[in-house]
Amino acid sequence: MLSTALIVFREILEAALVVSIILAATKGVYRRGYWVAWGVVGGILGASLVAVFADAISAWASGAGQELFNAGVMFIAALMLAWHSIWMSKHGREMAVQLTQVGEAVSSGDRALSGMAIVVAVAVLREGSEAVLFLYGIAASDPNQTWQMLMGGLLGIASGVAMGIALYFGLLRVAMRHLFKVTNGMIILLAAGMASQGVAFLVSANWLPALGETLWDSSWLLKESSIVGKMLHTLIGYSAQPSGIQVLTYLATLIIITALVRRSGRPSKKSLPLKNTGSSLT
Amino acid sequence: MQLRISSLVKTVSAAAALAFISMAQPALAADAEVSLVIKDHLFTPNPLEIPADTKVKVTLENRDQTTAEFMSDDFKGGKLVTGGKTVSFFIGPLKAGTYEFHDEYKESISKARLIVK
Repeated sequence: MLSTALIVFREILEAALVVSIILAATKGVYRRGYWVAWGVVGGILGASLVAVFADAISAWASGAGQELFNAGVMFIAALMLAWHSIWMSKHGREMAVQLTQVGEAVSSGDRALSGMAIVVAVAVLREGSEAVLFLYGIAASDPNQTWQMLMGGLLGIASGVAMGIALYFGLLRVAMRHLFKVTNGMIILLAAGMASQGVAFLVSANWLPALGETLWDSSWLLKESSIVGKMLHTLIGYSAQPSGIQVLTYLATLIIITALVRRSGRPSKKSLPLKNTGSSLT
Repeated sequence: MQLRISSLVKTVSAAAALAFISMAQPALAADAEVSLVIKDHLFTPNPLEIPADTKVKVTLENRDQTTAEFMSDDFKGGKLVTGGKTVSFFIGPLKAGTYEFHDEYKESISKARLIVK
């Protein structure tokens, strides 16, 4: 039961961390709970569908379906995260000033949040589907273990969610006026990590050249499969044996998003006056 | 401004997508192929031997009912295979040496060796 819990925990952890960063990053945005909840529900439904059709997906593109699917999912998430951080750089200041929603930003807030809902859905879908396949496999091979498996699965999910909650409240301890800066930085790293993982899937499908199979090997220092390795894998895209193209993609994503954020964050003539930042916040 | 940025983002992402499509050549042929079977959570053959500095296509057949995931702490690559199914994936090119791999879901009992030479 404990080994089941541990495996499910490792699968759920990634999704839980993504959700908690997004919750912290959208603190104070109108109706974020609604969108994030939809993301989670959509992700769970999606995970079950992916698990049911796993064999069909696997058979796509002469057997490279799993890799292509995962890569597609990663790129969608990276794009949505990029969009969000650009949007936040424009509206984050307004929200830091007033915390509750500025009227005119409500409609565009909804649009930006739908992007975040997609990221949440995608993270839950990918990790959740592996957990479902794993649990289903146990149930299929040994029906007597179903009860143990269920308990182990629930324990794993609960621990993963607990880690997410811990990260969320940890982030909230960051002073409000810095919160968006911190979470926006985390989201950009998340996006870069996901883009480079997406590229790694395309390399393993043999659709892209690796440009150097193993640029470095830091597995002696930190294994990617360890809990800490997994967390860093999610949070900053840590890879113990990255290929050249992965590192290139990572850096390119960082640079492109940062440049776009800078560009859109530059105060334009229409911006609100921002004199009282920080005074009436906490 | 917002409009300009979102169109900029769209342009950049479209360009990136195009770059991907043009770079992506389905199946740059692998230089070697091996097959691997997992049964009772054990891999055969063990050790698995592959040539050094070569991209190798691995065909993995899962003869158990449980889901398995080929995984290594020493090199990249690997894949999930549901019960009773066969998948293939690529590993390498790897330098000569001995590497470990395992089924992520049964790590302790499924440890196997990969010999690259």
